[in-house]
Amino acid sequence: MLSCKEVTTLCSQEMERPLHWREKILLRLHVMMCSGCTNFRLHMKTLRQTMHMYASGQAVKSDPEPDVKD
Amino acid sequence: MSRAPVATTTPSRGTASGVNADALISLRADMLRFARLQLRNSETAEDMVQEATEAALRHAESFAGNSTLKTWVFAILRNRIIDHLRRAERSVSISSLVADDEDWQDRLETLFNERGQWHDGQQPKPWPNPEESLQSRQFWAVFEACLEHLPANAARVFMMREFLDFESDEICQQLGISVGNCHVILHRARLKLRSCLENHWGPRTEVPC
Repeated sequence: MLSCKEVTTLCSQEMERPLHWREKILLRLHVMMCSGCTNFRLHMKTLRQTMHMYASGQAVKSDPEPDVKD
Repeated sequence: MSRAPVATTTPSRGTASGVNADALISLRADMLRFARLQLRNSETAEDMVQEATEAALRHAESFAGNSTLKTWVFAILRNRIIDHLRRAERSVSISSLVADDEDWQDRLETLFNERGQWHDGQQPKPWPNPEESLQSRQFWAVFEACLEHLPANAARVFMMREFLDFESDEICQQLGISVGNCHVILHRARLKLRSCLENHWGPRTEVPC
């Protein structure tokens, strides 16, 4: 059984290369039971979609700069 | 020193298809922000925007009008940036890329316990209605601010991958890093960007500790 930490790595790798069948099964087994990692995996896809929109200049024009500290 | 926008020096150029100096000037601030994020160098960013603006005016007749002007111009800018990066010497050393993120272990420990499970309160939450968010000015302001808060090298690799659409292989080749390193850097960037978005824009519910 993979840990959440390992699963997040796989979720990112999934955006880069096709996963091996073994990785796919382990990933699927984990996300079936873990809502945090299910959300994480969805967020990776949302990030890519968002970047594509951003790259094609479809971002809604944003004048104010929010104060973000991370 | 930045040059005056080329469009102001050629005000009469333009076509019926909608490529004119005024329209391009109105896009300039967005283009600059865009280029700076990728290049992390204001002067080079100015040059790229300048070149893209000139190219847009020069090739105005090839704007078919079946995409928005903004999309068309950003495609030109994106290609300029790609050309620039391909021409440029490798400016990032392997060690600085990997060592970029010294607080990485600390960050992982705040997210995961010793068994690699999410700490309580750190589990990613569902994001509200992404389609609606993508139409929100506030969302994009947060998104850009989060991109700007990525460590410089992580941001560069991430932007090459997700913004300029380079394949991992080409990123490795250009930066002289292994595929494994490239994936590690991308993963770190995604984890950070995700947390930043969730903290500053995501669900506002109180997280139980």
